[in-house]
Amino acid sequence: MATETVVAPKAITMADYKGRVDPDWCPGCGDFGVLAAVQKALVELQIPKHEVATISGIGCSSNFPGFIETYGMHTLHGRSLPVATGMKLANHAMTVLVTGGDGDGFGIGCNHFVHTIRRNVDLTYIVMDNQIYGLTTGQTSPTSRIGMKTKSMPYGNIETPLSPVALALAAGATFVARGFSGDQKHLTELIKLGIEHKGFSFIDVFSPCVTYNHDNTFQWFRPRVKKLEDNPEYDSTDWAMAMEKSVIWGEEIPIGKFFERTDLPTLHGAEPVLNSGPLVHQNNRIPAEIAQGFVQELM
Amino acid sequence: MSESFVVGIGGAAGQGVATPGDIFAKIFSRRGLHLNAYNAYQSIIRGGHTFLTIRTGPQKISNTGDHLDLLIPLNQDTMDRHLRLLTAGGACLYNADLIQPGTPAEGVQLCPMPVSKMADITRNKVGQNTLAIGAAVNMMGIGFSVLEGVLAEQFRKKDKAVIDENIHLARTGYEYASKNFQALAWPLPMTDARYAVLSGNIAMAMGGAAAGVKFYSAYPMSPATGVLHWMASHARQAEIMVRQVEDEIGVVTMAIGAAHAGVRAMCATSGGGFALMSEGMGLSAQAEIPIVVIDCQRAGPSTGVPTKTEQGDLWQMLGAGFGDYPKVIAAPLDIADCFKLIPEMFNLTDRFQCPGIVLCDLLLSEGRLSVDPKELDFNPVIDRGEMITSNGTGDHEPYKRYKITESGVSPRAIPGLPGYTHVVSSDEHDEDGVLISDEYTNAGKRRAMMEKRMRKMDGIAASVPPPKLHGPADADVTLIGWGSTHGVIHEACELLREAGISANHLAIRWLVPLHGDAILDLLRGARHTIIVENNFSGQFARYLRSETSFVPDGNIRKYDGEPFAPHHIVEAVKEQLAGKTKLSVPAHEIMV
Ligand SMILES: Cc1ncc(C[n+]2csc(CCOP(=O)(O)OP(=O)(O)O)c2C)c(N)n1
Ligand code: SF4
Ligand SMILES: [Mg+2]
Repeated sequence: MATETVVAPKAITMADYKGRVDPDWCPGCGDFGVLAAVQKALVELQIPKHEVATISGIGCSSNFPGFIETYGMHTLHGRSLPVATGMKLANHAMTVLVTGGDGDGFGIGCNHFVHTIRRNVDLTYIVMDNQIYGLTTGQTSPTSRIGMKTKSMPYGNIETPLSPVALALAAGATFVARGFSGDQKHLTELIKLGIEHKGFSFIDVFSPCVTYNHDNTFQWFRPRVKKLEDNPEYDSTDWAMAMEKSVIWGEEIPIGKFFERTDLPTLHGAEPVLNSGPLVHQNNRIPAEIAQGFVQELM
Repeated sequence: MSESFVVGIGGAAGQGVATPGDIFAKIFSRRGLHLNAYNAYQSIIRGGHTFLTIRTGPQKISNTGDHLDLLIPLNQDTMDRHLRLLTAGGACLYNADLIQPGTPAEGVQLCPMPVSKMADITRNKVGQNTLAIGAAVNMMGIGFSVLEGVLAEQFRKKDKAVIDENIHLARTGYEYASKNFQALAWPLPMTDARYAVLSGNIAMAMGGAAAGVKFYSAYPMSPATGVLHWMASHARQAEIMVRQVEDEIGVVTMAIGAAHAGVRAMCATSGGGFALMSEGMGLSAQAEIPIVVIDCQRAGPSTGVPTKTEQGDLWQMLGAGFGDYPKVIAAPLDIADCFKLIPEMFNLTDRFQCPGIVLCDLLLSEGRLSVDPKELDFNPVIDRGEMITSNGTGDHEPYKRYKITESGVSPRAIPGLPGYTHVVSSDEHDEDGVLISDEYTNAGKRRAMMEKRMRKMDGIAASVPPPKLHGPADADVTLIGWGSTHGVIHEACELLREAGISANHLAIRWLVPLHGDAILDLLRGARHTIIVENNFSGQFARYLRSETSFVPDGNIRKYDGEPFAPHHIVEAVKEQLAGKTKLSVPAHEIMV
């Protein structure tokens, strides 16, 4: 009698997620740390790479999908979220990550940001927020601080920056966090929590642009970032408390999980059309009696 | 055109023009008659002027024609504007308490109804409409039981008291007409045929369902909204994911995301929404993700005239987005074709992994036509092209998403399969999906990728039939049109023939790729060529010239928001053949 040998599936390692080409980011760019944290999170969660889609817009940070081995999509500037929504709705068995920059997400793509949050699409959205437009060689972004001098505002920015965390909370996000590329271990944990969250998870990551932003550097952030997890009084189920913390910016800048709620359905979970499984695996022929009914309505 | 009968009903928006329209449409189609209907209206919910024309007859009805046989004005305005469309033998039914008759043409019967003496309609705002329907049905020589059945069906969601009241009113009108008015000269015949009556928007939505569309996204915009409404109300039965998105940029990119996951995805809009989609069209082509976008043209530019028709978006479609990329553009010829074209378009976009545009217009989108149910085939050919949907034994060469091939088509692996992870990209890339646009710019690779994508156009051209000339080969005049003008040009040719001028007709359905050489072959022998289109600058004439150097002898154009009527074309052809002009712009005689 043949004995059956059960082959344990090969453990997933960092090598699995190594991209085909090395990142072309400037040496020292914050985005390297974010890439490593995402790869680590996927390995720690033991998710096979073919079940992951990584979808980005355009920008330095948006080149991300090319540097990790998954089903990658490099879309249009600002449009990663609707593309990712379509992908998730058509195959909700996939883990869908969305990566991009502050200009991509909060400038040109801000409309989609608010509405994707509102829909609670089950995506993990990681923004490499460097308070600047990197790829276009250094212009003011929606998160650039007042007074910051850039090529597009050489006399200093006079427009109030937005708080992505506050905006996400106001729009009704069910998971909101902020990380720092300079603290990989913490960031990896946040990304894991985000992926495991059922619904839209938003992680704003301070990811310094070493070439064009000389104000908000690693050195600038390092002494300022304070983990919410270190504050025993902080309650991440308390929306008002999260809102209050989200606008703190100065000598102390909070990072960590600001808010999570798990009582709201995801978009794909609320849609009965998906009851019979992912759309892509469904039959694409309308059953004859249903088709007949459609025509009969017109007779 | 063989015998037909035309009813016109008009009033202010909110006066209930739609319901009598639906009732007549049902009565005609139950008698096995064909019909074609068009509603002229404005972008307001109350007030203004709405005029519905329904033309019916035993044979296919290609357009709503030139005149009326029966006019039901619901207000003075309609009486004043439309009475002159009635020709000898016709009749005008109106509420004599409210409306002063005008002076009709000779042989037209004025049928005043003393409504307040006939019934108490103080609580029923549309009571006069029901009285008029009853009277009209009597004059058409149709038994009352037919109307009774249709009324019961029309008001089935209302209380029995409402149904009874309407049937009572209709009977009162019916009986009044039998005593006081002359029957109409041409009683409507009956045939055994039964037709479905539908708008172009419903036809395109159903065509999508038949083609296997699983994802439909939209942002409301007239005249495309009807596609969304059908999709949304049938989504659960048809198992289609339907989403209303925040803007048309989101609409098209969401469709692309769904298409990339492996389903057929479609969206519809009008010119303004399409303008927002144009960057997405390029993404579809560059990343090689097939989608189908419907553009329902309305009179532009900008917000334009939202409820009026035009064929003014052709150059926007030709130039949508930047750069050169493969795409398919086709214009349906009538409402039945709106259905048929969608599966054909999906087969092309799937096989060639590029965007496809269905260029419709308000005339078809919102017009209604009787269609033989056999033409609404829910089992069309579905060809998804070269797709990798299983990883087989797991043994295969390293997968290259953008592998360079002779046809330009690279097999598409559906995300989720083990062993086929890859990157698709809007940035120029190599065979492996690696970006070449930034640090790795490589002229040779760029050129190879450009040529690979553009090679698909040859395959598409070979899959699309060249157009044909309809009518006698050696005609006095050849009329060239595209899309929705097919029906009216067809009738104009018949009317010209009756007037002793032989005419033939070249109807263009496939715009890109355009079979320029075949078109030149057809036109080479033509005696006198005229391009007919619903826009100011002759967009198709300019396109045909740019592709073939062909210049027609004349042009007939209309850009007042209303569709052509047959006589507009007939008169324009006559003046051009007489050498009076090379460009005719027929005036729309009626204000609607
Ligand atoms: C429609 C459009 N507008 C402008 C651009 C040019 N563009 C490319 S990336 C970018 C800004 C990138 O900034 P961000 O998203 O913050 O990314 P970063 O480079 O800083 O990572 C801009 C304006 C574009 N590609 N598309
Ligand atoms: S320009 Fe800035 S954001 Fe872009 S790669 Fe260089 S350091 Fe990173
Ligand atoms: Mg940035």
